[in-house]
Amino acid sequence: MLNTPESKSSLASHHTERFPWKGIIGYIMSIILTAFSMWIVLGHVAQYGTALFIILGLAVLQIFVQLFMFMHVTESDDGPPWQVLGLLAGLLFVATIVGMSMWIMTFNGQAS
Amino acid sequence: MAAIVEYAPGNVPEHDPRPLEYTNKDDSLKIFGFWIFLATDMILFGTLFATFVVLRTHVATGPSGQQLFDIQGFIEETFILLTSSFTGGMATFFMRRGSVRGTVGWLLVTAVLGASFVSLEITEFLHYIALGATMQTSAFLSAFYTLVGTHGAHVSLGIVWMLAIVIQLLRYGITAATARKVFVVNLYWHFLDVVWVFIFTVVYLTGVIK
Amino acid sequence: MPSSHLSHWGLLVTGDPLIYGADASIILASVGIVFVLTYFKKWKWLWKEWLTTVDHKRIGIMYLIAAVLMLFRAGTDALLMRTQLALPNEHFLGPSHYDQIFTTHGTVMIFFMAMPFIFALMNIAVPLQIGARDVAFPYLNAVSFWLFFFGAMLLNISFVIGGSPAAGWTSYAPLAGLHFSPGPGENFYLLALQITGIGSIATGINFLATIFKMRAPGMTLMKMPLFTWSIVATNILIIFAFPALAVALALLLIDRIAGAHFFTIHAGGLPMMYINMFWIWGHPEVYIVILPAFGVFSEVVATFSRKTIFGYKAMVSSLLLISVASYFVWAHHFFTMGGGVSVNSFFAVASMLIGIPTGVKVFNWMFTMYRGRIRMKMPMLWTIAFIPCFVLGGATGMMLAVAPADYQYHNSYFLVAHFHEMLIGGVVFGMFAALYYWWPKMFGFLLDEKWGRWAFWLWNIGFYVCFEPQYALGLMGMQRRMYTYPAGMGWTALNFISTIGAFLMGLGFIFMVWDIVYSIFKGERDLTGDPWDGRTLEWSLPSPAPHYNFAVIPTITDRDQWWTLKEQGRQDTLRPQTEDIKPIHMPKNSAKPFLIGIAFFTAGFGFVFGWYVFGAIALFGVVVLLLARSFEYHSDYHIPVDEVIHTETALGRL
Repeated sequence: MLNTPESKSSLASHHTERFPWKGIIGYIMSIILTAFSMWIVLGHVAQYGTALFIILGLAVLQIFVQLFMFMHVTESDDGPPWQVLGLLAGLLFVATIVGMSMWIMTFNGQAS
Repeated sequence: MAAIVEYAPGNVPEHDPRPLEYTNKDDSLKIFGFWIFLATDMILFGTLFATFVVLRTHVATGPSGQQLFDIQGFIEETFILLTSSFTGGMATFFMRRGSVRGTVGWLLVTAVLGASFVSLEITEFLHYIALGATMQTSAFLSAFYTLVGTHGAHVSLGIVWMLAIVIQLLRYGITAATARKVFVVNLYWHFLDVVWVFIFTVVYLTGVIK
Repeated sequence: MPSSHLSHWGLLVTGDPLIYGADASIILASVGIVFVLTYFKKWKWLWKEWLTTVDHKRIGIMYLIAAVLMLFRAGTDALLMRTQLALPNEHFLGPSHYDQIFTTHGTVMIFFMAMPFIFALMNIAVPLQIGARDVAFPYLNAVSFWLFFFGAMLLNISFVIGGSPAAGWTSYAPLAGLHFSPGPGENFYLLALQITGIGSIATGINFLATIFKMRAPGMTLMKMPLFTWSIVATNILIIFAFPALAVALALLLIDRIAGAHFFTIHAGGLPMMYINMFWIWGHPEVYIVILPAFGVFSEVVATFSRKTIFGYKAMVSSLLLISVASYFVWAHHFFTMGGGVSVNSFFAVASMLIGIPTGVKVFNWMFTMYRGRIRMKMPMLWTIAFIPCFVLGGATGMMLAVAPADYQYHNSYFLVAHFHEMLIGGVVFGMFAALYYWWPKMFGFLLDEKWGRWAFWLWNIGFYVCFEPQYALGLMGMQRRMYTYPAGMGWTALNFISTIGAFLMGLGFIFMVWDIVYSIFKGERDLTGDPWDGRTLEWSLPSPAPHYNFAVIPTITDRDQWWTLKEQGRQDTLRPQTEDIKPIHMPKNSAKPFLIGIAFFTAGFGFVFGWYVFGAIALFGVVVLLLARSFEYHSDYHIPVDEVIHTETALGRL
């Protein structure tokens, strides 16, 4: 096995797509997830708490649609795709900032 | 600029299977660096979201989201932006197949969709302001305009950037450098789409849940 | 003594002899610089070699010079404060003037002294340690520097034009809002820090890309020097913390200039949210400045004990653990603000837990020294001095972490003593160790040991004399940020002693400057490139290193590769062979980073005074420069093989 940088690449066996399947599937999935969210809320299908949980979950799913279908997140020219770790860390810290800010600021009922 | 790929002596492969924008060390580095930048932009938007969520109920004498938001408006904006994400992906597809016309065409469609998103958003804001719901009215509105406006400003910058790249594609064709630029601006664009999904979910939908 | 009464004449600040003195110094210094450059015909040299450079080694030196100048500036602020507080009821600085002084002291020390110092070290050492020719994005590196520089300029100009910020370095709302701080001072703070913050984020991106993607072949992550690892941990924190600061500053600015209500006390604003966001950045920030110091200590301890660092893996994991954990303790900065019992409990425990990996590091440094063959050179002296100081400060940190007890300590001089002990005993001592350690690599000569020891002892004794009494003062009830205090509180003696200590540190600084000046002329020249018998790759290069660093990128097989090769007598394998030399790909210099800095400065200045059209035009200038860079396709060149051979031969390497 060659010891070149690109042989360690996650793209070492990359084939250029013939037809943009990934893009089309990605697009359809994001439309469906969005429409579903809208239906849940605008169709008054669920209680407040449940509805919130579902639409947030759908939004999170859309992150993965974008990352894998469009952004080619695991591509790397040589070695492991470190950017995945960076994004996961970012997600962790965003969750921390949003979640813990809500927690800290709810004393005295300032946030809900 | 000439590409110097650092092969170990005697190990040059016959055919480099990687996409053009990864065949050159400098361009691969810039893609990797951009991913890191996106992580920082995540924190930026995350902090704006945290502010919005904390201040969401602080409507003072002004309207709440329930009373204010134009449902049709944000639905249109959402579908336009989602579609522009798809068309951006198509631009990358044609770029990887080496077609300048395909790449330029799809980038221009993406930019146009982006511009209509921004103009819809500006109209929306002007409408709310005419109703008396300004940034100075309440903490909720300050947070709303800032979060959504920051996203819109990002999109606007992206449009300018895309147009600059279109000019460069027409001038230089598809090289490792221009391929990388197309790839990177699309990373930016898809990222903004994800942020919009959260805005649409956390700001608009949550604002109108009964 | 009359209290100073600051007023304005147009934009200029008037009413105080200190200000007039500053005006005069600024004008004289500027005239002096222009005169010297013109007389020695050095304008072109300045432009070509420094203002437009993208070389990490040069950029590192520029950061270093800025940091030392800012240390002087903010140190003077400190001496002014300590002079006022030496005795009760002194008023030579009026309350608002005093407020401006402690605000700029803190702001300049953190943002324009500590940060550039660590950026200097990153730039000077990291590419050389990993066997790279430069950082991943040299142009961006230059942009980072000029954004820092012009951000610093913007803040520093405030005390003679417009008035300095006066709401503390933390700038809490609602005091920092429009209602309570109506002048331009606070705007200077918000805009200057925003500008320099962008540069910091860019540096974070740059060095992570550099370390992950540009290491020499064979250098796996677990073979990297510990200083480089500390920079990985630092930059992870930078990229995830600074955007939160950017938002906090921006929202406060929007409150001030657009009348929004994020942090106002009516229309639903929540001042506590500002504090929350500020510290989301603020706690990681203190780890950002200390982690590189930890990295320096690891290098110095191993080198000057002639021993491999004890527990390399534990050192790496503790760095990363501290990095991640530091993100989860921020509310300990506002225990008393009413977050509630469960919030305070969580953050108290988390804050205590973070002491564990730190303790691991301290023990490992000591285990490294045990049975080592220790050489007491300046870097080692500073490292050894750090240990007791930092441990003491850490212990008081544990005390502060106990949330209920913190209700007594918070915002007293106990807190002031704690954080100065961490910042001076930890960060500053570490930076001084690094200064002495890497100075020969930067400049080709060593700093004199004798004068260095004078500076060292003055700093150390001065530090303890200044700050240990402040713990007691805090426990006796003296609050921070008091511009004066009454007699009869029992505080006078300790305050007076503390002031003596402050002046001893000032004297230490002067001796350090003298050391530098003396050594420029009389210092021992570094002829081998390896004055300390070092362990890591940078010591395999001449001092200073050639423009392109390595003529041939080395292949690495071991940790502490340079040391291992020396032990085996094979250090010549790192010398380049003529047949291996190829044309070296290098980035060209560029004027744009400097111009972007000017554009941001202009925009910032405009927005400070509410000249929005002017500011917007300057921002448009930034966009134009960004586009110009986008259209730039010939930003590199190659150094031909002959030139490399010529340079290497002249350095005695071929």
